[in-house]
Amino acid sequence: MTYISPEKLADDAKNVLEELNARIEPLKPKDRMAIPAQEMPSQDPAVRRGNMEEVALGYTPEQAKLEAERCLQCKNAPCIAGCPVAIDIPGFIQAIADGDNLKAIDIIKESSLLPAVCGRVCPQESQCQAPCTVGKALKSVGQAVNIGRLERFVADWEREQGLIETPTVKPETGKKVGIIGTGPAGLTVAADVRREGHAVTLFEAFHKPGGVMIYGIPEFRLPKAIVQKEIDTLTAMGCELKTNFVIGRTRKIIDLLEQDGFDALFIGTGAGLPRFMNIEGENLVGVYSANEYLTRSNLMRAYDKERSATPIFESEKVAVLGGGNVAMDAARTAVRLGAKEVHLIYRRTEVEMPARVEEVAHAKEEGVIFHLLENPKRILSDEKGWVSGIECLRYELGAPDDSGRRRPVAIEGSEFEIDLDTVIVAIGNDSNPLIRQTTPGLETNKWGNIIADKTGKTSLDRIFAGGDIVLGAATVILAMGEGRIAAASINKMLVED
Amino acid sequence: MNRILEKKQLSETVFQMRIDAPLIASERQAGQFIILQLCKDYGERIPLTIADADPDEGSITIIFQAVGGTTKKLAQMNVDDKIAALVGPLGTPTHIENFGTVVCVGGGIGVAPLHPIAQALKAAGNKVIIIMGARNKELMILEDEMRAIADELIICTDDGSYGRKCLVTEPLKELCEQEPKPALAVAIGPPIMMKFCAETTRPYKVPTQVSLNTIMVDGTGMCGGCRVTVGDETKFVCVDGPEFDGHLVDFDNMISRLGSYKKQEAGDHHCKLDDV
Repeated sequence: MTYISPEKLADDAKNVLEELNARIEPLKPKDRMAIPAQEMPSQDPAVRRGNMEEVALGYTPEQAKLEAERCLQCKNAPCIAGCPVAIDIPGFIQAIADGDNLKAIDIIKESSLLPAVCGRVCPQESQCQAPCTVGKALKSVGQAVNIGRLERFVADWEREQGLIETPTVKPETGKKVGIIGTGPAGLTVAADVRREGHAVTLFEAFHKPGGVMIYGIPEFRLPKAIVQKEIDTLTAMGCELKTNFVIGRTRKIIDLLEQDGFDALFIGTGAGLPRFMNIEGENLVGVYSANEYLTRSNLMRAYDKERSATPIFESEKVAVLGGGNVAMDAARTAVRLGAKEVHLIYRRTEVEMPARVEEVAHAKEEGVIFHLLENPKRILSDEKGWVSGIECLRYELGAPDDSGRRRPVAIEGSEFEIDLDTVIVAIGNDSNPLIRQTTPGLETNKWGNIIADKTGKTSLDRIFAGGDIVLGAATVILAMGEGRIAAASINKMLVED
Repeated sequence: MNRILEKKQLSETVFQMRIDAPLIASERQAGQFIILQLCKDYGERIPLTIADADPDEGSITIIFQAVGGTTKKLAQMNVDDKIAALVGPLGTPTHIENFGTVVCVGGGIGVAPLHPIAQALKAAGNKVIIIMGARNKELMILEDEMRAIADELIICTDDGSYGRKCLVTEPLKELCEQEPKPALAVAIGPPIMMKFCAETTRPYKVPTQVSLNTIMVDGTGMCGGCRVTVGDETKFVCVDGPEFDGHLVDFDNMISRLGSYKKQEAGDHHCKLDDV
């Protein structure tokens, strides 16, 4: 894909829009499908390699209008079924087409509380955009209506216009709800529960709230100011925030209920325990979990070498192991921290990569070297115990496995080495065992995830859970969706009390 | 919260602070630690052992050596100053029971984390023999406190300026050679000291507990920066530890990992705190 400058994209959109506006007769589906899908304007790859600022710049109003006009307003709206929180997608897109951005954002907010975040980080191509009729007709999901970009456009518009209002809070009920974890699930529950007039206290283990949106997803993909805005809204609603507070250590679940007077608790502690590959050399100096690497750079701001007291490796040659969004984030962070070579090693092919298509494209544009159908065998060491390279095996695709993806099979004798000084392991996360270990009676499954029913209720009375701690590592939107369900259950329970 | 209530200088570079932290004080058990941060925007998060706690007063005591950027700044803080962030108590508490005779070995600043453990072991009915070592007399800390606990106290210095002129492993070996052997050894100090204590007790099959202080970011199991090789397993010091079987810890790997940022630490960075 060749890079097109934001100026050119804006000009092109203006011209196409002028032609459309000059038309007298209404647009037919054929006309709508002829409108070019609007590319996301982005920072020049050569420039953005050297900064942490957001890569995707967002649609211009003309681009948004054009993209909205591409929507066929299908009666059956397959996109809604593809959205985990069933946003009225044709509804908000029609509002944009009509030039009523306020109506558009209001429609989204009926179902989603974090549109500026989800518009940026949702895997739209496998959710709402996957079944889009336009994409199907044009025989490419890449040609589907860019629903996520439109969502982001109106969410940004609302924030930039200063139109975000603090939701009305009903009169105080005297009930107290504790929310453990301030990621997408926790923030959602806080908003929905607080609105009903219940007192809300959010507990965060780190010194800053936001969970994975702060420590995990880099600034260049999700500006921290957007997350902070969500937190500010909650504080303005009267939610209390306790940072540096580790539930299970500073205070146990049972104490919150029995001594501290909480009427209900929501556990949304995410999937924060990094998985390693269990191969030779994984504890050498220079091997990071992606969690550590990203936390150092994002939360601790190690990229700001002048001011941050937290160090991070000054790598020359880096390998990132994995093919998800976290792997892309780590690889692209390494590029920005000055690495000369960044290799991404993934044992399947690009088709199977769980990362968002846009992130894969951005990583490639930024010079990340993709090694597909390859997998590390061991990490090599110098005489001091520091990483000196990696030994990999080539793979080929065999028969489909349980996930329906073709299983990669190692090719015997295909070993080869890459010289490196840093390895970042980004093969997924498990749930943190701290709450499980310190809360007797809280049922978990064999992966250590908390078991919650359809209403978000756990095996313990008054305790609800949602997001990655229940689902295993998933997405922001699913965490938010679960949060909304749990919040509704909590509100219902507190009214019936 | 987080206000410094008292500050004492124990040696040229070692400081003791009592800090107002009621929740941590009430939950804390021997062997646990805190994560401390001096500036929420740009400060690093460092682990420090809780040397003592007073749940009634709601205070914890930390003892630290001013060696890194954060500990040097911390050493400059005074009574009534507030620490930006304190998280804890973290880590798995020490397993305390009546083992019989326990030898506690503390080297340098390692005496600070050893103190609450020795105290708890004593309270559980053990005969507690304490070996304290330092480079010289000036660097010996908490002698009176340890003497108050010890059934027997052995002091050694590298230069012979106080007590016996030897390394802590020498009296440790002598104790292992006695019959009955100690039921347990607990060694806390510089990694190299813990490594050699473990080597000393190994032939005598005296179980040896060590407490590791590795590089950490979150301290709750999230980053894995603190991981160590224990036997053929990888363990996280922050949640699985900080205490491990010294005979299984790969100290050489741990020591290299502790040196991960030597290069960067040698260079000076500018912290926003300096401008305050």
